[in-house]
Amino acid sequence: MNIVTGCGNLEAIRKEDVQKVLDDFAGQELYIHLETTNGVYTGFRRPDQLSVGAFIRNGKIRYSRGKITGNGPYRVGLKMESGWVYAEGLTDWEVDDKGRLLLAGHHKDGKLAIALELSKEPF
Amino acid sequence: MERHVLITFPHPDDEAFGVAGTVIQYTRAGVPVTYACGTLGEMGRNMGNPFFATRETLPEIRKKELQEACRVMGIKDLRLLGLHDKTIEFEDEDEVADKIYRIIEDVRPSLIITFYPGFAVHPDHDAYGAAVIRAAMRLPEDQRPKIYCKAFSQNCEAYLGSPDIVNDVSDVFDQKLEAIKAHRSQTEGSLKEWIPKLTNNDPDLVEWIGKETFWIYKGPVAV
Repeated sequence: MNIVTGCGNLEAIRKEDVQKVLDDFAGQELYIHLETTNGVYTGFRRPDQLSVGAFIRNGKIRYSRGKITGNGPYRVGLKMESGWVYAEGLTDWEVDDKGRLLLAGHHKDGKLAIALELSKEPF
Repeated sequence: MERHVLITFPHPDDEAFGVAGTVIQYTRAGVPVTYACGTLGEMGRNMGNPFFATRETLPEIRKKELQEACRVMGIKDLRLLGLHDKTIEFEDEDEVADKIYRIIEDVRPSLIITFYPGFAVHPDHDAYGAAVIRAAMRLPEDQRPKIYCKAFSQNCEAYLGSPDIVNDVSDVFDQKLEAIKAHRSQTEGSLKEWIPKLTNNDPDLVEWIGKETFWIYKGPVAV
């Protein structure tokens, strides 16, 4: 069977490089994808647990300052005119072939737990 | 024997574990099978270790996996409805039903297989199953295909009783495994755990893969 892959240059976060991209994107109108989830079957497999998740796709934002912090996993905060975007647990990143910043936090088994993505065009 | 079978599930791979063997039996017997797949499983979590996908590339990967799974199952007619993973329950119910109704009108199936609304755990499963039922109910009873439903919620047997159909698919066991494997991004992890068990003929796993259960749709069930 052919193995289809499409992970581009997804790799462990290099904080300084992510910071540069966040600086580049500051002050512009951007589209955001923000998502976190612990899996829709969590509550089914473990009745004492809640399945929780949320996502926003193609929300429009503009931030004045974006910052990546932590020593891995990392956190990102985007300061907007009247509020904040916050993401915790980020481990991996790439700028894809469309110039979009993809940040994600993956569990050790490769399951996505959080994603924060910014793009100048709609996703 | 059926004239034409329509299987309807919201995510690529929903068909693999519980229906693929039955589908393979139909296509081998020359019965055409159409698959109306609601989404591309855009919100799937598994990106692989090492990574083979990002959130943005996953849909295209899952589409290719689905096409490969259809090839393995002998499905020559795959319809993609273009809904978005996790959002089906928020769509207009009639609009989703319209999309499915058009396919029903087009292929005139003698049997539809879908999820039993209310007993299929994932909100997309329940909402898509409900849309399929809604579409089928638009047909007069004498023209309505049979509807077989998958159910796997903890309470499903308490409300629906034992499955009406237990289909032995052990004759196409290996082909079914190939269909499961085709959805690599979703099943690689499970398969890693299964291979040693299957080598040792683990009775529970062999039974779970080798028997596919269905409930004949009998109407809405109050829970």
